[in-house]
Amino acid sequence: MFSGEEIARLFAALGVTHVVTVPDSTIGPWQGAIERHGVTRVVRVCREGEAWGVAAGLHWGGAKPVVLIQCTGLFESGDAIRNVLHDWKLPIFSVIGYRSYLNQDTLPGDTCLVFTEPTLEAWWIDYRLITSPDQINEMGQHYEACRAAGKPGAWLIAEGKA
Amino acid sequence: MTAPPATGPARTAMHLVDALAVVRAKRGPRDVVVTTMAPARDWMAMAAGELEPLDLVLVPSAMGQATSMGLGLALAQPARRVIVCNGDGSMLMNLGSLVSIVAAAPPNLVVLVFDNGVYEVTGAQITPGSVAGVDYVAVARACGFKSVYRFSDPTAWNASADEVLGAVGPTFALLDIAPTPGVPGPRSPGPAAERSRRFIEALRV
Repeated sequence: MFSGEEIARLFAALGVTHVVTVPDSTIGPWQGAIERHGVTRVVRVCREGEAWGVAAGLHWGGAKPVVLIQCTGLFESGDAIRNVLHDWKLPIFSVIGYRSYLNQDTLPGDTCLVFTEPTLEAWWIDYRLITSPDQINEMGQHYEACRAAGKPGAWLIAEGKA
Repeated sequence: MTAPPATGPARTAMHLVDALAVVRAKRGPRDVVVTTMAPARDWMAMAAGELEPLDLVLVPSAMGQATSMGLGLALAQPARRVIVCNGDGSMLMNLGSLVSIVAAAPPNLVVLVFDNGVYEVTGAQITPGSVAGVDYVAVARACGFKSVYRFSDPTAWNASADEVLGAVGPTFALLDIAPTPGVPGPRSPGPAAERSRRFIEALRV
């Protein structure tokens, strides 16, 4: 749906300093473009739960991090999300790849489609479902609105056929 | 294989308070110190209610996240040294973070693992790392830490702490600690969100 260059430019325009990430086949190819763009640093972690802790440290230290993971990693991240977003009340923004949303033939019956949005709602993460490249302006607006409100937000990026 | 006794293998070890006292004495005024689990409990007790503004006591915590939070702090604050006082149980819960730390390569991050071989705050149950005989120093070396140390007595730790804290990082040091079973876990020193706000302010100075 989006090229890495588009995402790199958007992160740079929003002042994102670090992207803390575990890749999947949609969001992973963005890494190279983000690094080539040279504004936002890519921080690679080994599992998604780590990403929230790293982002918390970056936020405390004055940076503007974003967590970039697939929805399966959102499921993996539960206790880290609870602690970072709700104990410490840090307004960490995330970009979540929504596996199978646009191509349900690849993994018929993929339970990511069942649990992703209820999980985001359970964690009180204000998300926008992004299904079209036309929504890129809405993405920026949502990011800025969440920052202004001091609350955690997310872009839920539909994955599969664009 | 014969399992070790539930109290962990016999070994030379320091008391946690003695090992932490070295950190308290050697930290610089701009250093961030992150503590969790038993180190957080004793760090707060030693501070007697007077925590430093750059002390980040992770209570409440997500177990295992201290190293990840330390990594983020070290990247965002490259002019400060960040010292993470972790437990071995917490280290096991996020062992991959050692790889993430080396990949990001912050020269200002020091990971201290206070290894007592047990989950002390839940009643001193033996860790799988203790059963397996994990060599954390070898793990850190294999992950690629630039500076790796191990200390089993407070005199040697005190004598070398300046070198450890001053080494080009990321730095890893294992401190062999005697368990103190029966001591309760750490209590929160106050609302986390308010402490978070004060910590951010302290980092801006």
